[in-house]
Amino acid sequence: MASVTLSQVRKSFGSTPVVLGVDIEIADGEFCVLVGPSGCGKSTLLRMIAGLEEISGGDIRIGTRVVNNVPPKERDIAMVFQNYALYPHMTVYENMAFSLRLAKAPKEEMERRVDEAARVLGLVEYLGRYPRQLSGGQRQRVAMGRAIVRKPQVFLFDEPLSNLDAKLRVQMRTEIKELHQRLKTTSIYVTHDQIEAMTMADKIVVMNAGVTEQIGSPLDLYDNPANLFVAGFIGSPAMNFLPGKITAAGIAIGADIHLPMPANNLAEPGREVIVGVRPEHLAVADDGVPAEVVVVEPTGADTQIFCKMAGVEITAVVRERHDFKPGTAVRLRPELTYIFEPASGRRLA
Amino acid sequence: MSDKAPDTAGMDYLQTLPRRWVTVYIPMIVFLILLLFPFYWMAMTAFKPNEELVSRAANPFWIVSPTLAHFEKLLFRTDYPQWMWNTVLVSVVSTFASLAASVFAAYAIERLRFRGAKQTGLAIFLAYLVPPSILFIPLAAIVVQLGLFDTRWALILTYPTFLIPFCTWLLMGYFRSIPYELEECALIDGATRWQILVKIILPLAVPGLISAGIFAFTLSWNEFIYALTFVSSSETKTVPVGVVTELVEGDVYHWGALMAGALLGSLPVAVLYSFFVEYYVSGMTGAVKE
Repeated sequence: MASVTLSQVRKSFGSTPVVLGVDIEIADGEFCVLVGPSGCGKSTLLRMIAGLEEISGGDIRIGTRVVNNVPPKERDIAMVFQNYALYPHMTVYENMAFSLRLAKAPKEEMERRVDEAARVLGLVEYLGRYPRQLSGGQRQRVAMGRAIVRKPQVFLFDEPLSNLDAKLRVQMRTEIKELHQRLKTTSIYVTHDQIEAMTMADKIVVMNAGVTEQIGSPLDLYDNPANLFVAGFIGSPAMNFLPGKITAAGIAIGADIHLPMPANNLAEPGREVIVGVRPEHLAVADDGVPAEVVVVEPTGADTQIFCKMAGVEITAVVRERHDFKPGTAVRLRPELTYIFEPASGRRLA
Repeated sequence: MSDKAPDTAGMDYLQTLPRRWVTVYIPMIVFLILLLFPFYWMAMTAFKPNEELVSRAANPFWIVSPTLAHFEKLLFRTDYPQWMWNTVLVSVVSTFASLAASVFAAYAIERLRFRGAKQTGLAIFLAYLVPPSILFIPLAAIVVQLGLFDTRWALILTYPTFLIPFCTWLLMGYFRSIPYELEECALIDGATRWQILVKIILPLAVPGLISAGIFAFTLSWNEFIYALTFVSSSETKTVPVGVVTELVEGDVYHWGALMAGALLGSLPVAVLYSFFVEYYVSGMTGAVKE
């Protein structure tokens, strides 16, 4: 096991910059998730850590060793690919033993390690099968087994669950987390799914357009988003954003809506701001802000209400059951608001 | 996935039987007759005695008293066995040599992504487009200067000039269908380039290799111009050249022996195709199933 440190890591494809100076410190044994929309450079970053892409600038350290020019096989890492990348002509056993065979490990050692990994992943009865004879979830396990047998310093996951159906994805998510808790190997996991990031990570790195927007624990990012992008990206359903203006009394949204000023607001009156409210922080209350129901989506545990507030479409999630119909007038009270600067997206309060 | 329900029925219910006769069976029968008639004619002529061959009264589409005389003449009174041996030797050696060269070329162009890889691929394809009827003149000069004229080596070394471009293009397409992640995964697993090629790419490319091999073998087996130009003595000739140069004397065509030679000469290729036809099809359509 080892820590992974990225300092000012950059990557350009030709004249197109893709990663623009990224600094990340991942502690030994940590489960770090790189999350961001597609094209944000997260997979490229992972491939640079793996050694599959050259680094245009900066340093990548695994442990204390700078690995910028170290070939992949000498980095002591294992990677799980999005499409599993199982060798179709080899059985599950051969797939899992391939790296050990290349390393000329003794046969007993190889059998012991493959057997151990197969037992952990519940693959013992499938060792003789070929990848094409396995289901998606089983293939995914084989891909992980192949990584486990090598006992690497770092596990790299490149969107490993995106080819699975929704139910299996949730199940495998738990399995990967359990596995990490058992093996305690430093893991770097790339995904575009913020729920995967929230549920699995010790540390989340939110990336956008080649830079890190914020690094922190899942709840830290949820509670204290640094900017509009993180606020909008983390959390499901996404945070609602309403354009507003600072007044002496508080914040005005349109002509009719006035919200109280959040406690530590330093913005001067007259300033344009964006007010962010999470759907779960909107409560149905008589003293709330008027809105009109557009669509109601009950999920059982809670109900999502899509409404129009001051001409903007917003979402509210409520736990109690209401008999709202499209067109009903409701009053929603924001329990917690975030204030952002429109131009830079920076959070003010 | 293999556990899909067979969907051969599909929209067949839309097809009535008479309609199927018009759209499927009749065109197929016409096509088969057109394709197979020359083979039928060849086989029949090979077994027909000379009297029947030249008789105006005899049925041209049938044999009354079949004979093996033509085969006897071909095998024991000409150098046919030697031509056959030459053809086998030249085809097998040039096919394997071309395949080996093509594997390296195709892999390098497709996967090493060096500067100018695309142009190299294109140049190789252009080389394939130069017709042998033009190329045999300069090649003849080279063959003579190397002192290889009238040897089997003249053919073994010149056939790859058209086999390598063809095989390289076919294999490039096949290698392209092998997911890149497999190689990257092997790279992380600790494999060298050579190990990736030998342990991952080649086993997966077997159908592609087989179809390239069959194609190369057939092309060399049937090759005519180079074989006609670069060898002259009877003991170095290949079947296609030997049959037409030694069994036609002036304006006398030994039709029976000619056809017997053609029949025997086409058998190995037919057998080869029938063994590997499935690989051949998947090689041409290029699909690696995970």
